[in-house]
Amino acid sequence: MSGDLTRLTAHAMAVALRSGETSSADLAAAHLGRIEAEDHGLHAWLAVDPPAVLAAAREADAALARARAEGPAALAALHPLHGVPVALKDLVSVRGMQCTAGSRILEGYRAPYDAHVTERLRAAGAVILGKTNMDEFAMGSSTEHSAYGPTSNPWDLDRVPGGSSGGSAAAVAAFETPLALGTDTGGSIRQPGSLCGIVGMKPTYGRVSRYGIVAYASSLDQVGPFARDVRDAAALLHAIAGRDARDSTSAPVPVPDGLLHLPASDDEAAAGLRGLRLGLPREYFVEGTEAGTEARLREAVAVLEASGAHVDEVSLPHTDYGLAAYYIVAPAEASANLARYDGIRYGLSVRVGDVLGDYLATRGRGFGPEAKRRIMLGTYALSAGYYEAFYGKAQKVRTLIKGDFDAVWASGVDAIVAPTSPTVAWKLGAKLDDPVAMYLSDACTLPVNMAGLPGVSIPAGLSDGLPVGLQLIGRPWSELDLLRIARGYEGITATAAWRTVEPHGLAELRAVGCPTPTERAAALGAGDR
Amino acid sequence: MASLSRGDVEHVAHLARLGLTDDEVERLQGQLNHILDQYAKLTALDTDAIAPTAQTIELESILRDDEPRPSFSVDQALANAPETHEGRVVVAAILGGD
Repeated sequence: MSGDLTRLTAHAMAVALRSGETSSADLAAAHLGRIEAEDHGLHAWLAVDPPAVLAAAREADAALARARAEGPAALAALHPLHGVPVALKDLVSVRGMQCTAGSRILEGYRAPYDAHVTERLRAAGAVILGKTNMDEFAMGSSTEHSAYGPTSNPWDLDRVPGGSSGGSAAAVAAFETPLALGTDTGGSIRQPGSLCGIVGMKPTYGRVSRYGIVAYASSLDQVGPFARDVRDAAALLHAIAGRDARDSTSAPVPVPDGLLHLPASDDEAAAGLRGLRLGLPREYFVEGTEAGTEARLREAVAVLEASGAHVDEVSLPHTDYGLAAYYIVAPAEASANLARYDGIRYGLSVRVGDVLGDYLATRGRGFGPEAKRRIMLGTYALSAGYYEAFYGKAQKVRTLIKGDFDAVWASGVDAIVAPTSPTVAWKLGAKLDDPVAMYLSDACTLPVNMAGLPGVSIPAGLSDGLPVGLQLIGRPWSELDLLRIARGYEGITATAAWRTVEPHGLAELRAVGCPTPTERAAALGAGDR
Repeated sequence: MASLSRGDVEHVAHLARLGLTDDEVERLQGQLNHILDQYAKLTALDTDAIAPTAQTIELESILRDDEPRPSFSVDQALANAPETHEGRVVVAAILGGD
């Protein structure tokens, strides 16, 4: 097949694999080649094992050849992801591979088993390309809290890709992989998706099994897809979703096959918007929302209305309390989850001679600044005398936040449209000295986690040359409906001029001697303390 | 709302089994107090009549059959351990004496 294979969508790869125009080995080699040549200046990846990738791709090719010999029915039975490369955030367990969660404390650890989503991807025939960079234990909004150095944004290499799944988002945006998995606890898929100009979805809590995923805040964490278009994101969600007995919070809710059959035609997709009732929450234009972000959002709303959707202002009155409640619930759960890193059974171990001393030294050296902040916050919020005032209070506020959404659904609204992030991508280091400013970047995404709802961020244009994301929020289990709306918006904006603009950093990544993100951050005076 | 003293920070760090340097304790004291200030907003909200939400999906008491299944071998389970001895994990002595 002529042309650059890395520019294809996953669904185009699926067609080319079935027709024999390309092979999984060729797709793997093309992506490995791009990573090898260009990731020096991006640092989206923490681990890539080319021989293992090529071996998996050849296996996928062998299965394809068998199916082709059997006939059209066997070929059609293959999952759309068969033979397609997928990246995994480095907190998804892959047997025998590293799983650092971006932390020093898991340096050298090798996962002894596959996560449920890894098993599902293998069963679908997908080829696991490698592990991507992330904020330590998924705590952060910029990927600068990785113990292994920051990742750059492909749109401007001096800027952050968002976080915590910044490596996955940057890799997809820079054509280093067509698909990636991330996790989203307070916005960690949607916000980097927005900042990198790609599609990122957080499914309903319970939609995807968390078995084999390094835990951050267990009542909020969900695994979800990144892709360059809506159909690809839907296919990846289809591959990983569904009940797993090993995660008792994974729900026995059927996964609709419609995720594999979103309209290919832009016109058909756009026609589906007619008559929809969408809500625009007035509280989501939070303090600090940039004018360019608000302008793109208002334009997107106008385009949706012109396509026959009704957009009405709605109110989610407790939004303003979401941030404070989240930063009690999430650190509290994190402090409990991270208690397991004791330097005894696995991971970093600093031995000073007594058990307590070993704990203090191992954890003091193994955790970075943001993990320490959240462990401290959580431990304090759960400690004797403060539990009710903090954790108890935050759980009640959580009820109010969820109630806000329930009232909107009860009023007949099909989905909520909102900004994903109040701002576009910022410069490396710009928010590192001010944790509260960093936390504010998740103000529009974290209420969705608190309420357990599905949300998707899709590209909605540029502001000063940087991507702006449109967030769609739905009722529990409404992923298919949300992705149909997202596909509709994609359809009506298919010919928009901004869709032809490529990430500005791509050319620079190809240049010899392109600085690493760590070098850029140092030049910008960034330092995490 | 509560304000953390240096002693409070050291106490919480001990509860969390985090060995912190003096510099870290000092920085954390400032940062944690700044974050706790943001929590003050919640006290304005009357939640006396509100039930807490611990999880959002309507699943309760999920059980599965208690059937034996294959698990790790001892070697697999110990493969990541920093120090092992005769199929066991080595830990520093908890009680005094030899």
